[in-house]
Amino acid sequence: MELSKEEKQIFCEVADLFEIPEGAYNFRVNGKSVGKRSTTNIDVETKPNKSGLDIYIKKGTKNEQVHIPVAISATGLKEVVYNDFYIGDDAEVTIIAGCGIYNCGNQDSVHDGIHRFHVGKNAKIKYIEKHYGFGPGKGGKILNPVTEVDLAKNSEATLELEQIKGIDSTIRKTTANLADNASIFIKERLMTHGRQTAESIYEIELNGKNSVADIASRSVAQDISKQIFKATISGKNQCRGHSACDAIIMDQAEVHAIPALDAKTKDAELIHEAAIGKIASTQLTKLMTLGLTNQEAESKIINGFLR
Amino acid sequence: MLELKDVSYEVKGGSRAKILDHISLKIKPNSFTAITGPNGSGKSTLAEIIMGIKVPTNGQVILNKEDITKQNVTAHAKKGIAYSFQQPVTFKGLTVYDLLNIASGELIAPEEAIQYLKRVGLTSNYLSREINNKFSGGELKRIELASVLARHAKLIIFDEPEAGIDLWSFENLIRIFKKLKSKNYTIIIISHQERILKIADEIIVLEEGRIKTKGTSAKILPTIIGERHGTE
Repeated sequence: MELSKEEKQIFCEVADLFEIPEGAYNFRVNGKSVGKRSTTNIDVETKPNKSGLDIYIKKGTKNEQVHIPVAISATGLKEVVYNDFYIGDDAEVTIIAGCGIYNCGNQDSVHDGIHRFHVGKNAKIKYIEKHYGFGPGKGGKILNPVTEVDLAKNSEATLELEQIKGIDSTIRKTTANLADNASIFIKERLMTHGRQTAESIYEIELNGKNSVADIASRSVAQDISKQIFKATISGKNQCRGHSACDAIIMDQAEVHAIPALDAKTKDAELIHEAAIGKIASTQLTKLMTLGLTNQEAESKIINGFLR
Repeated sequence: MLELKDVSYEVKGGSRAKILDHISLKIKPNSFTAITGPNGSGKSTLAEIIMGIKVPTNGQVILNKEDITKQNVTAHAKKGIAYSFQQPVTFKGLTVYDLLNIASGELIAPEEAIQYLKRVGLTSNYLSREINNKFSGGELKRIELASVLARHAKLIIFDEPEAGIDLWSFENLIRIFKKLKSKNYTIIIISHQERILKIADEIIVLEEGRIKTKGTSAKILPTIIGERHGTE
């Protein structure tokens, strides 16, 4: 697999890949698969009629990983990719996705990844998605991920979604439908700077009895960047839902948080929290009394907050 | 070690513009000085000026013969001054271990960090916890004290260390101060507590931004106690 320096950098940043990983994988570079492997328990198949993959994880698979990172280094490339994951009953798997764009030209590069997870009964998935962008070009680095999660009885999904600088524009939409005793835990970390914009939309439907949802978003908005956070949790049964949006706002940035709760029954316990504020001067002062400069203190606070 | 020459601090507006009014004092190396006085007498402002958090509107702060009046907090910290906040600060995302690492100025082993926690009556369970509002006021206060101990600073300022430690034995706090004193640290404590004033080498009493009186603990403390109990 021949990769440029920038493409290697992307795979390191979005998937911590320094070499070919163990287990199943598909590496996508500039719209094409440049490496693909299935394993005994995980089939990675190219979709026959459109761009993307069908990934089948056998029933009862335990402690396996699938890497499906995407790198774009061609300026002006625009792609829509559909990846469907079929996770068998009782399986436990970690899926490491992530997309990076290196843009050295003047045209926008765009990746719209549509991921659908069909999670079987008692199955457990962890999905890690990092976004990363860099390059000297004036062309935009644009990522619009759509994640749809369908959770069967007693299943669990943990989503870790991270975008720390580099991406000019993002609209992220995540939806989930939960059956009885199913759980979803979403951790979002976002940092925007310059003129970047980022919109995160979550729509979680707690249909099943004793279903649980927890959304924890932390973001930092710098310079003149703009962020929008919209989270709606609908409780249609005896269930528990919680969403928290914490944002640090700096410079002339803007952050809009719109949490919503929609209880369809008195047995739905739904909570939302949203807090937006600048870095407290007392926090900076405390760290400065420990010997850090103002800039070092700010950096420590932001890095810790986004961890 | 530390000298304040004719230090004043004024703010525009408010009921009293002059918070500190021509304060001059000397802190000897390895001494234990308690600053006391009624609320609003300027004690905390004086401590903040020594730490560099506030810059006096008049006068000089001299540390080891160097004028550090205009230098910022970081510079004061790097010159060996540490400061314990009256109201501990919380951080979303920073753990107790993070704070102790920052305070130490280097990455320390967890075992070393746990030793700082033990000195303030906390266990290793606290190390990985985020310093947020889930802690009680007493726990935050002890974490604050641990972060100051991890500095190994030559001069340590404690602003009302007794505040908010009701859940923790006050004896432990006194023990920490006695130990620091025995190890020849230079300590300045803002306090109302008689037990703390009693172990001080010198007490400075502030009133309305001025030094009302100062002297040894043996000389000053009976007067303070007398005034509090209305016998003078």
